[in-house]
Amino acid sequence: MSEYTANVKLNTTKKGLIVRLIKDGTVIDHIPPGKGIKIAELLNLFNQDSVVIIGQNLESTKYGKKDIIKVENRFLKSEEYNKISLIAPYATINIIKNYEIVEKKKVVIPDVLEDVALCNNANCISNKEPVPSKLYVISKEPLIVMCHYCGYEFSGENIRLKT
Amino acid sequence: MKGETLKDTIETVANYVDLIVLRHPYDGAARWAADVTTNRMKRGHKKVPIINGGDGKNEHPTQAMLDLYSIKKTQKRIDGLDIAIVGDLKYGRTVHSLAYALALYDCRIRFVAPEILQIPEHIEAYLKRRNVKYTKHSKIEEVISDVDIIYMTRIQKERFPDENEYNKVRGIFKLNRSMLSKAKTTMRVLHPLPRVDEISVDVDEDIRAYYFEQAGNGIPVRMALLSLILGGEENE
Repeated sequence: MSEYTANVKLNTTKKGLIVRLIKDGTVIDHIPPGKGIKIAELLNLFNQDSVVIIGQNLESTKYGKKDIIKVENRFLKSEEYNKISLIAPYATINIIKNYEIVEKKKVVIPDVLEDVALCNNANCISNKEPVPSKLYVISKEPLIVMCHYCGYEFSGENIRLKT
Repeated sequence: MKGETLKDTIETVANYVDLIVLRHPYDGAARWAADVTTNRMKRGHKKVPIINGGDGKNEHPTQAMLDLYSIKKTQKRIDGLDIAIVGDLKYGRTVHSLAYALALYDCRIRFVAPEILQIPEHIEAYLKRRNVKYTKHSKIEEVISDVDIIYMTRIQKERFPDENEYNKVRGIFKLNRSMLSKAKTTMRVLHPLPRVDEISVDVDEDIRAYYFEQAGNGIPVRMALLSLILGGEENE
């Protein structure tokens, strides 16, 4: 029995009370502290009817502190995994069905970011005309990307995601 | 200017021609145009290659080809040379393409520019990855006696987002004939042209001035490129 299932009735973790559990939906775990809201905005979670729960600065055995997002009746598309990976490279995505974790995935930074993030060169054609952005990931740690069109190379810290 | 997108222009012109040479104000425009013609090919149309004739402040690859040709023609080699690139290294697209091209050879590059116009970080990162030998300088005098080529460039007013920034650096580098007295006699001065005041006219009379001949080299180099792309036959 998973930790998640074990806590369904008690609605607690080993560390104590947590916010309510969801029946069906997605839990995005291991988000760097302070980035939860950004990811929720990016996934457009605030503009829907489903329950969205964001936990900030929760204790994490692995990373010290973390944010967590729970969203009911919402499952992520592959391009959304890519977006999350750029902000939270160690995030885990848990798919919940009937209070059970039925699937657990780690996000992976893809080799190519197609129409996910913007080139940081303001004069790039992809920022001037309706052109799908395309960035090659030339290093994952630290994250460094290069624009397919203008060749501009920049750090992932400065990456701006398409909304 | 009717507000047409580059995609629409390429989709239209590709019906008329066998090849497109594109000069465009936005960085990466040529790559996008090539993507457009590639997608067009996938729809069953004929192949229409794109030659980048200069995209914004990004690149000018055919200029780099004629620059390499000019270097080889005057120095009989490229490997082992010491090459200074002077002026607007930040916005100068010919400089960017030349730096990428020289990275394919075993030569030493000296980037001479004020700090705000130095070679862009992403090109420097590329050179580092390829273990290219390069140094950065702020004065021509620091390098003139050592180099085999001085590649002068114009400070391009039109590329500066802020005119005050331009005024801080305009006229900062000026190569004159007396400075050449310290240079090797075999050294050659190159410039992608047009020049404004970065090379004094008195340099034109010096044996080391090669920029006008360099411009002439653009003809055979671009003829060769067109021939290669369009499948011309090699003459004896």
